[in-house]
Formats: sequence, structure tokens, C-alpha cells
Amino acid sequence: MKDAKDFVATFILALVVYLFLTLASGIPMVEGTILWSLEELIMGLSVALIVAAVTSHILCRSKNFRMLNPARWLIMLVYTIPLFLEMVKANFDVAYRVITGRIEPAIVKITPDLKTDLGITILANSITLTPGTLTVEVDDEKSELYIHWIKVKDDPDEVISGRFVRWIRRFAE
Amino acid sequence: MIVLALVSIFMAISLIFNGLGVVGLHRFPDVYTRLHAATKCTTFGSIFMAFTVITYSGAMFYWSNDAKYLNMALHTLGAVVALLITNPTGAHAIARAAHRMGVMPKYAVKDELKEAR
Amino acid sequence: MNYADPLYIAVGVFMVYIIISAFRIFMGPTVADRAVAFDTINTLVVACMIGLGAAMWEILFIDIAIVYAVLSFVTTLYIAKYLEGGERK
Repeated sequence: MKDAKDFVATFILALVVYLFLTLASGIPMVEGTILWSLEELIMGLSVALIVAAVTSHILCRSKNFRMLNPARWLIMLVYTIPLFLEMVKANFDVAYRVITGRIEPAIVKITPDLKTDLGITILANSITLTPGTLTVEVDDEKSELYIHWIKVKDDPDEVISGRFVRWIRRFAE
Repeated sequence: MIVLALVSIFMAISLIFNGLGVVGLHRFPDVYTRLHAATKCTTFGSIFMAFTVITYSGAMFYWSNDAKYLNMALHTLGAVVALLITNPTGAHAIARAAHRMGVMPKYAVKDELKEAR
Repeated sequence: MNYADPLYIAVGVFMVYIIISAFRIFMGPTVADRAVAFDTINTLVVACMIGLGAAMWEILFIDIAIVYAVLSFVTTLYIAKYLEGGERK
């Protein structure tokens, strides 16, 4: 039963990605189909079947289907807005460091206390894209991240990851 | 007119930040700081190049109602997602490999990862 | 002036950037520096492809840019894996 659920989840994900990439292929050709031509639909279904058969045991390794809830995807989409604002800040910060050359680097340890793999991955990627920080090493068991910080300040936990952890808890845990 | 202004601004941002990333690649002293410049600036710059294309083709779709332009904008959005996911992860992989190889950060004030090993 | 001219100019500037970052591949004191420069060049090539795709209105270019981004990511991971394995006893 669990295996069937894996298979269906992977199948839907693969199909959605394929249909996203071939969106609007059918408009000029066939009047009956809404957005996709018949060929693309058949091709997408067969490719998604093959992908689901081969990789379903890799994608759903944790056997926990919380990401099937669409509300989590919606929050993830909203999360890109604060992330984008931080990216803008990060780029002006890097521009300032490139021009003045004023750096004081250190590698610090933070403990974000996130339990899921997806949450830690997204946190690590967000940290890499935000001002002056770069993830160097992840300790899976203890949920510790080692961060290269270009200009050290006090209290790394709150300054680096505080606002992201609060966001990521909402959709990844 | 607004579209033209937006497209020019986005393209200028893209060129400036990609240039800063490349300059930072040569100006910073060690691997980790170079990764800062290379990852953040080039990701941001390339995303803005994609935004240029999205804005332009979106406006073309609005004017001409040709599905080709919508298709273009959506595919470029896919490229943005691919860049956003793959680029920081690659930077993280290089940083980890560099630290395990024994390349230490220059001028570092403290190194808690080295103490943990 | 054709609408595509600024896009071609931007792509030309990106190519200059690629050449400048290629110097880091030759100069880089450690192997990791070379890997960083390689990663930068990959991102710039993706930006070039997006610009060219828009200039010529070829949707195929954008598809290839996506595939190139993912494949270059795999290459970077592979290089990183190789580097960290190289020093292991």
C-alpha cells in the first residue's frame, strides 16, 4: 500500500514537471485540447510512468507524505518573497566587500533545530544566498550547520538563520 | 515604454552584478570568499537576465496573443527555478570539498569546524 | 535599431566575463579555486543561452539552458566528490 502511494506521488510530480515544460504546445494545432496537444499528453504520461517506476523508492524515502499537502507548496511559494529581498541585500553587501576589500571571515556553528532533510536543504541554500554567509558543512545527525561568515558578529544563530527557520518550520515540518 | 524601461533596468542589473561576481573572483584572497562573490552575484545576475526575457516575452504575449511568447516566458521561469536550486548546492559542495581537502580560510578569526574535527 | 541588438550586446559582455573568469582556472592556486571558476563559467553560459534564446526567439535554447544548468550541477557535484575523496586515507 505504501509502495503504491510512493508510485502515485512520484508519477504526479513527474507529470506536472513535464506538462509545465510543454505548456501551450497545443494552442495553434488542435482546437479541442485546452493547452496541450495529444502527442505531448501521451508522451508525458509514458515518461512519467517510467520515471515513477524507476525512482519512486528514492523520492519518498522517509515514508512521510506531508509534502502532498498543497498548502505547504503555497507557503513555499510565498517564502520566495523574503528570500528575494534578502538576495538583493546580499548582493549589495558583496558589492561593498568587493570594492572595499574589507573582510573578517570566520567559520561558525549554528544549530537550527530542523528535523527534516528538506528543511535543512532549503535552509542551507537560503543561507548561501543571503548576506555574507556560506554553508560549508552539514551535520545530519545533530542538525548542525557550519557557516563561513565573511564579517563576524555576535550571536550567529539569530542573525544568520532566525527568520528563515521560522518560515521553513511552517512548510517543511 | 514601461516595458522598455523595465527591460533595460533588468539587463543593466544583470550585467553589473555578473561583472561584480567576476571581479570578486579575482579580488578576494581565498576559496571561500571567492565562492561568496561567485555564487551570490552570478546567481542574481543570471536570474535578472531571465527576468529580462520573461518581462519582454510576457509583454509580447499581451500584445500579440501568440502562444509562442507565453511558452518562452514559462520556460524561462523553469530556468530560474533550476538556477535557484542548483547553484547554491554546487557552491556548498565545493566549499565542503575544499575544507575536507585541507584548504583553510585565510585571515580567519576563528574556525569552529576545524575544532570540531 | 533591431529589438535584439541589446540582447546580443549583453551576450557579448557575458562572453568577456567568461574569458575573464577563465583566467582564474589557469591561475588558481588550489584545485578548489579552479572548481569555483568553472562553476561561475557554467552559470554565465546559462545566462548567455537565455539571452540568445530571446534574441532569436528559439524556445529550444531555453530548454537546453535548463538541461545545461542541471548537468553542470551534476558535474560540479562530481568534481567536489572527487576532490574530497582525493585526500582521504
